[in-house]
Amino acid sequence: MLAWALHRISGLGVLLFLILHIADTALILAGPTWYNRFVAFYHAPVIRVMEVLLAAALLYHALNGLRVIALDLWPQTTRIHERLFWVAGALFVILFVPAAYFMLRPLLT
Amino acid sequence: MAVRPAYAKPRPAGGSLELYSWLFMRLSGLLLVFLALGHLAIMHVIHSVEEIDYDFVAARLAGPLGTLWRTYDLLLLALALLHGLNGLRVVIDDYVHTPRWRAVTLTALYVVGAFTLVLGAVVLFTFQPQLGS
Repeated sequence: MLAWALHRISGLGVLLFLILHIADTALILAGPTWYNRFVAFYHAPVIRVMEVLLAAALLYHALNGLRVIALDLWPQTTRIHERLFWVAGALFVILFVPAAYFMLRPLLT
Repeated sequence: MAVRPAYAKPRPAGGSLELYSWLFMRLSGLLLVFLALGHLAIMHVIHSVEEIDYDFVAARLAGPLGTLWRTYDLLLLALALLHGLNGLRVVIDDYVHTPRWRAVTLTALYVVGAFTLVLGAVVLFTFQPQLGS
């Protein structure tokens, strides 16, 4: 239930950002002035923290999605679905901690 | 009544639209693990948003290598957007029950979805980088 709720919330968050991101990328057609003016917004420290949250949402959604695919393809894995959730959780920590460090490092110095 | 986890729904019966939707979510999801996480790793971990400005994007999308990145981005755009829109369609199915609100929310979803898909594709097909601006 928790895995499922987080899957929905992270999916919706990524979709909202995706729509914003397609719109901001379209500003590139308006030329350097307009594009650079908007992208400067993404460089603000608060937004950098939200960027890390976006990475967390995408990574969780990807890893839990792989777990769902495994459960669908091999129904016998349903017996160990909880263990698979903790495997996904461990992979999340292993991948997210270094990624978050590299993304936030410029803010820490 | 509890809402059942939608992704844990059993494989829908053969030939229905819901079967293709179910299959599409799994196939696109599998590809997006590489495409979307790859995009994030390249742009936000190897590079950083601080580096990303007009010149960065122009250099990335110029020349023969630019054609490769445009293909990557187009695939990512289409799969991510369709995967996300279809996901939201399932969520609307679960929570919006009155016919009127279903019509309103689904229409909004399809209009916004079609507009963003076309907008993203137009950018990737028509952008002419002005190098060294």
